[in-house]
Amino acid sequence: MHIVVPIKEVPDLVEELEVNADGSDLDREYLKYKINEWDEQALEEALCLKDEAGATVTAVAVDTGDVDGYLYTALAKGADRAIKVTGSFARGGDNHTVAAALAGVIGGLGADLVLGGVQAPDDLDGQLPVLLAAALGLPCVSVVSGVSVDGGTARVRQEYSGGLMAELDVTLPAVIGVQAARQAPRYAAVSKVRQLMKQVTLEEVAAPAGGGEGGGLRIRRLYRPEAAGHAEMIEGSAEEQAQRIFDILAERKLVRR
Amino acid sequence: MGSTVLVVGEQLDGVLADITYELVALARTLADGGSVVAAGGGAGFESAAGSIAADRVCVLGGAQMADYTPEAYGAAMGALATECAADLVLAATSAVGLDTGAAVAAALGVPLVSYVVGATREGGDLVTTSQLYGGKLLAEAEVAGGRAVLTVVPGSVSGEAGKGAAGAVESVAAAASPGRMAFRGMIRPEAGGVDITKQEILVSVGRGIESQENIELVEELAEALGGTVSASRPIIDSGWMPKVRQVGKSGLTVKPKLYLAVGISGAPEHLQGMKDAEFIVAINTDPNAPIFDVADYGVCGDLFDVVPALTECAKASA
Ligand SMILES: Cc1cc2nc3c(=O)[nH]c(=O)nc-3n(C[C@H](O)[C@H](O)[C@H](O)COP(=O)(O)OP(=O)(O)OC[C@H]3O[C@@H](n4cnc5c(N)ncnc54)[C@H](O)[C@@H]3O)c2cc1C
Repeated sequence: MHIVVPIKEVPDLVEELEVNADGSDLDREYLKYKINEWDEQALEEALCLKDEAGATVTAVAVDTGDVDGYLYTALAKGADRAIKVTGSFARGGDNHTVAAALAGVIGGLGADLVLGGVQAPDDLDGQLPVLLAAALGLPCVSVVSGVSVDGGTARVRQEYSGGLMAELDVTLPAVIGVQAARQAPRYAAVSKVRQLMKQVTLEEVAAPAGGGEGGGLRIRRLYRPEAAGHAEMIEGSAEEQAQRIFDILAERKLVRR
Repeated sequence: MGSTVLVVGEQLDGVLADITYELVALARTLADGGSVVAAGGGAGFESAAGSIAADRVCVLGGAQMADYTPEAYGAAMGALATECAADLVLAATSAVGLDTGAAVAAALGVPLVSYVVGATREGGDLVTTSQLYGGKLLAEAEVAGGRAVLTVVPGSVSGEAGKGAAGAVESVAAAASPGRMAFRGMIRPEAGGVDITKQEILVSVGRGIESQENIELVEELAEALGGTVSASRPIIDSGWMPKVRQVGKSGLTVKPKLYLAVGISGAPEHLQGMKDAEFIVAINTDPNAPIFDVADYGVCGDLFDVVPALTECAKASA
């Protein structure tokens, strides 16, 4: 079984997100990036399937800047191959372009299963797995936690609200949008990643020409939401803040004093 | 001249999802005098069809529509969108909408806009507003020509205008699907244990807590306040707490008297499950965390300082 996992880098949301001068994008100059957390979940599920039943796992990333580290990390965690798709891709590049490029490469890999993160924090023009499936002409289930494979069929659990899930059987090859792996993503030792960086050269494949028209959206402006309300902020030292919260709760008879 | 807007209706476990009414209400404003068509399958959709205020409500029949599979729904909705010459298709930012939206967009060859919280017409163009970066920023985008598929965040518009007598309800045979998927059954959340939907005080913990051992801090606080601990999704996915404690879109919707959010950013999926709590207090190191937009009171501070201090206050007055 060959499992392909597309991964991408996204801005780290813990950082301050500044908008650029013309308001059309993030100010990316000092932005910190990290791997999309749902892609990490997808990679973990792929590695679990490999541990369980044997599989070749290939991580693929379009080259938006510093993706080498993520690809080496995937190798350090247990992926068998890592492919960088080269071409001109902007960070936060739209998913239609990324899906077209990935489809061109993944289509030639003979994948039985493509496990992608269900979404990414910068998805404006649709989620990658479903766009990729459409481009590859494959069936797709998104919002999945729990994948098992039996012969030519994957059994997946699709999540709805309230903890309700549906169990579906999907004929392979298929694309799955992973919400959560069966276990928390494993760590890769930094020393191992460094060692791989010295010993292994990443495979590079040029993105096929064409298919990069984008989603047909133009961002007019990116801005901070002005919420209808905002919390009244409590200032002071931690002790003062704690005391003030407690007093407010007591005034509202939410706790007994 | 108005346009035709197709709404992808949803039912969950035999009950029509509220988002269907919300989408119909939004569709009406975007149809610009044109027509609104709502479609869906399954018993829950069929029994509620007459209460959907669309001009035409299509109950998609055929064995493959009785239970939801992404493939059958995608094929049926794509074919229906073509048949009714829809300019615009509205679906939810949900499992059903995520699957179906892209399939329909691909079938129609139109853009797909996700995480939409509002949309308007500007002449022939469509202007959408989407939540990006976990709700920290909004993106206003323009779709030239105005043809698109939008996936809309539940709760972004009022569903009132979407409720009412349907213009016409008709049975439509769903287009055949390639048959690469089969529905096996529903898995229900395990019962038993604590029911967080019934608690008056919830101390809810998020990824800011950093490790499983640290959860003890919020447990002590919950105990001192006479409340119960709940959590955001990453805590559950890490295996640090059982699924029955998860608040949010794919977890439970709670409405306690007090919701104390500790180290939770307030992503749209989390807010969906708790924003209607009676009183919300949030503790977070990030002054721009979206949780502060729904909280009544906020503390911009380190939970590792504030939580133990609050526990002390509660213990001292007990
Ligand atoms: C289909 C789907 C369904 C989903 N369903 C749910 C759901 O039901 N429930 C849910 O919660 N999520 C759900 N999610 C996930 C959701 O998108 C977010 O990823 C999640 O809510 C983030 O959880 P968090 O706030 O705990 O973590 P983060 O977003 O990582 O936030 C951690 C916060 O802690 C703060 N922090 C860090 N250190 C400290 C400190 N020392 N003191 C104080 N604050 C600190 C940070 O500033 C940050 O704001 C779903 C996602 C998808 C795609």
